[in-house]
Amino acid sequence: MTISPRDAEWREELRQALTAKQRTSIPRAKMPELQAAYRVTCNHEVNQGLSVEMAVLEASRCLDCPDPQCVTGCPVSINIPGFIKNIERREFKDAAAVLKETSALPAVCGRVCPQERQCESKCIYNKMKKQPVAIGYLERFAADTENMRDHSHDEVEMPVMNGKKVAVAGSGPAGLSFAGAMARLGYDVTVYEALHEIGGVLKYGIPEFRLPNSVVDIEIQALERLGVKMVNDCIIGKTLGYDKLLEMGYDGLFVASGAGLPRFMGIKGESLVNIMSSNEYLTRINLMHAGMPGYATPVPCVDRVAVIGGGNTAMDSVRTARRMGASKVMLVYRRSEDEMPARLEEVKHAKEEGVEFMTLHNPVEYLGDENGRVRAMCVQRMELGEPDESGRRSPVPVEGAVEEIEVDLVIVSVGVSPNPLIPSSIDGLDVTRRGTIEVNGEMQSSIPLIFAGGDIVRGGATVILAMGDGKHAAASMHKMLSDK
Amino acid sequence: MNKILEKEHFSANVVKLVVDAPLIAASRRPGNFVIVINNAKGERIPLTIADADPVRGSITLVVQAVGDSTRAICAMEPGEYLHDVVGPLGRPTHIENFGTVVCSGGGVGVAPLLPIIRAMKEVGNRVVSVLAARSKELIILEQQVREYSDEVIIMTDDGSYGTKGLVTQGVESVIQREPVDMVVTIGPAIMMKFVALTTLKHNVPTLCSLNTIMVDGTGMCGACRVTVDGKMRFVCIDGPEFDAHKVDFDEMMLRLKSYQK
Ligand SMILES: Cc1cc2nc3c(=O)[nH]c(=O)nc-3n(C[C@H](O)[C@H](O)[C@H](O)COP(=O)(O)OP(=O)(O)OC[C@H]3O[C@@H](n4cnc5c(N)ncnc54)[C@H](O)[C@@H]3O)c2cc1C
Ligand code: SF4
Ligand code: FES
Repeated sequence: MTISPRDAEWREELRQALTAKQRTSIPRAKMPELQAAYRVTCNHEVNQGLSVEMAVLEASRCLDCPDPQCVTGCPVSINIPGFIKNIERREFKDAAAVLKETSALPAVCGRVCPQERQCESKCIYNKMKKQPVAIGYLERFAADTENMRDHSHDEVEMPVMNGKKVAVAGSGPAGLSFAGAMARLGYDVTVYEALHEIGGVLKYGIPEFRLPNSVVDIEIQALERLGVKMVNDCIIGKTLGYDKLLEMGYDGLFVASGAGLPRFMGIKGESLVNIMSSNEYLTRINLMHAGMPGYATPVPCVDRVAVIGGGNTAMDSVRTARRMGASKVMLVYRRSEDEMPARLEEVKHAKEEGVEFMTLHNPVEYLGDENGRVRAMCVQRMELGEPDESGRRSPVPVEGAVEEIEVDLVIVSVGVSPNPLIPSSIDGLDVTRRGTIEVNGEMQSSIPLIFAGGDIVRGGATVILAMGDGKHAAASMHKMLSDK
Repeated sequence: MNKILEKEHFSANVVKLVVDAPLIAASRRPGNFVIVINNAKGERIPLTIADADPVRGSITLVVQAVGDSTRAICAMEPGEYLHDVVGPLGRPTHIENFGTVVCSGGGVGVAPLLPIIRAMKEVGNRVVSVLAARSKELIILEQQVREYSDEVIIMTDDGSYGTKGLVTQGVESVIQREPVDMVVTIGPAIMMKFVALTTLKHNVPTLCSLNTIMVDGTGMCGACRVTVDGKMRFVCIDGPEFDAHKVDFDEMMLRLKSYQK
């Protein structure tokens, strides 16, 4: 089915070109990156991408395994050796085409997937006690090379319209991948987005230095060329109700409204001024451009910042705070570094950028000054106890070990809950106890014409899973609408 | 992009704008608000929908120039465009025939109060409106309020119009002379706080509409969080209206000053 089968003649030849020994003796590529001292002064992307020669060499490390385990580690089963071998033979366009078979947003995923826990963790090299093939770097290389190519002579294959139209609520990775898949099948697709920018978390959450907006915009423009309509400033359930969508002639709705609602810890003093969610902090800076000349949105630019949490959002917040000029940035996490859910690379980058890691610490109270501004946090030292249901060793407080630390800004990054706007505005839409939309194996909700996917179904998850849901839901909805 | 269709000055700092927004005009209910961005580099600011005309496809906003962005909006003229208008946001007001309802508004708070006054009247309540401001020029929308109220009491700080005194005195005078089933109060936080303290004394259920700092208005950031009955609530999705007796107004007032130097 794939456009790059393992038994293709060129792949046979390529496998013979080098011995396994030769391949495994090549060291893993090192991602060229901006110097830490420089990068904290600007918002430029830290990872610069592999050069052509580095990418081809890295691709030649891949053994093109007969039973490639990397693919099983990928949540959407990208044909990994298929695209890598195309890089090795310098057919970059074909490499990108293999990626596009399964992933709507390879340039994004190559940058933000936790590869060390997915594909790369399953690579055969790990068994040989060697560093795995840099699948993420190569994915990014193939996608970027394709995006930089001159597309003006490409023949755009416009799908034949099938006369049916579908609506999408939310323009994050789930919504965008659904839209692309449905447009290719000939549907008239409109994506409605509550915010004034298209892109979901990719725009308002993940910072420019990790995922430049231009990378996301290329994908959005590609969808627009396919005929997908994007409507910003429009909230499904508020601006347009579900009944109204039906009245407008939509045959189906895909809900991809994300897990927007930030959680707080409920500890004393959390309502003080200059304590905010990471969503608020990152939105002010990434979406509203707070701190940039001419922009009206304010954000506190202060000296001592504490970020509570250990996920990607926490890492993005500490690194952003450094770039906003804070000299002392602390990451407060209640477990140890081993348990941190953040991508390994973000942890490494944050440390290089001078972030202090206060692992095994948990805030228990915030103290304010006479103006209601936070001035200090009381942190409780923790130690690891017995493993809990999730298998992670749960942190327990060390009695009496509470310390007061001065801070000017606290960013709370302890997770998100599903956005309640849509569930609360559509009667008969079943939700779980956690507030996520309930779907069956086909991503279909309790209302047959409504499908859902991404974080609104999973709670806070990942870009690749959201994207996979979008594809899956598109296939299911197409099946339903074709059977009708 | 939403075109400004009409503009009227209510007072030196308060402007009424009629804005083209057909989808919002069709779906808004009393109590809803919108988020407005005035230009490409603007911030997202919440404004209550004072009125809507679904046939014309327009909504009415009443804007008080308090900061740079609201000042810029107040300076805009018909024919110009607001960069973004999104809504309707928030839960609509719970409208019911309670019996006698006192609607108390201070300053520009009268603008969001007007659709509630009208809706309360339409379902059969006896509506007594108490409008308060520092002085006569700052009383807005008096005629429209009169149209839907059984009685209007005007209070000014300096006595330049109506009765000299505070909004709380106006509200209390009604409660003391007749049974009141519900009080609705919209205005500056400090005013709502004191109205709430007054009505609590008399045990009259009271609804307030909160105007916190917001960013997205969709529950995504938590900038709008307030403490109600000891629990954290988001004004943009759980509100904007809450039981005034349970709101921690002191905390809210501190948070409103987050970005004041
Ligand atoms: C700061 C941060 C860093 C992250 N880093 C990573 C990472 O490195 N790797 C990774 O894999 N994952 C990461 N994640 C998680 C990942 O971004 C999410 O899992 C993913 O974006 C979910 O996609 P989605 O399409 O379901 O929702 P979202 O991306 O959340 O998009 C939902 C969109 O729907 C809109 N919306 C909501 N309600 C409505 C409505 N009623 N009508 C219209 N529109 C509506 C929202 O405004 C939003 O734009 C990160 C998340 C954050 C916040
Ligand atoms: S497991 Fe590693 S070596 Fe094998 S095919 Fe996948 S990337 Fe290549
Ligand atoms: S304004 Fe962001 S959550 Fe309410």
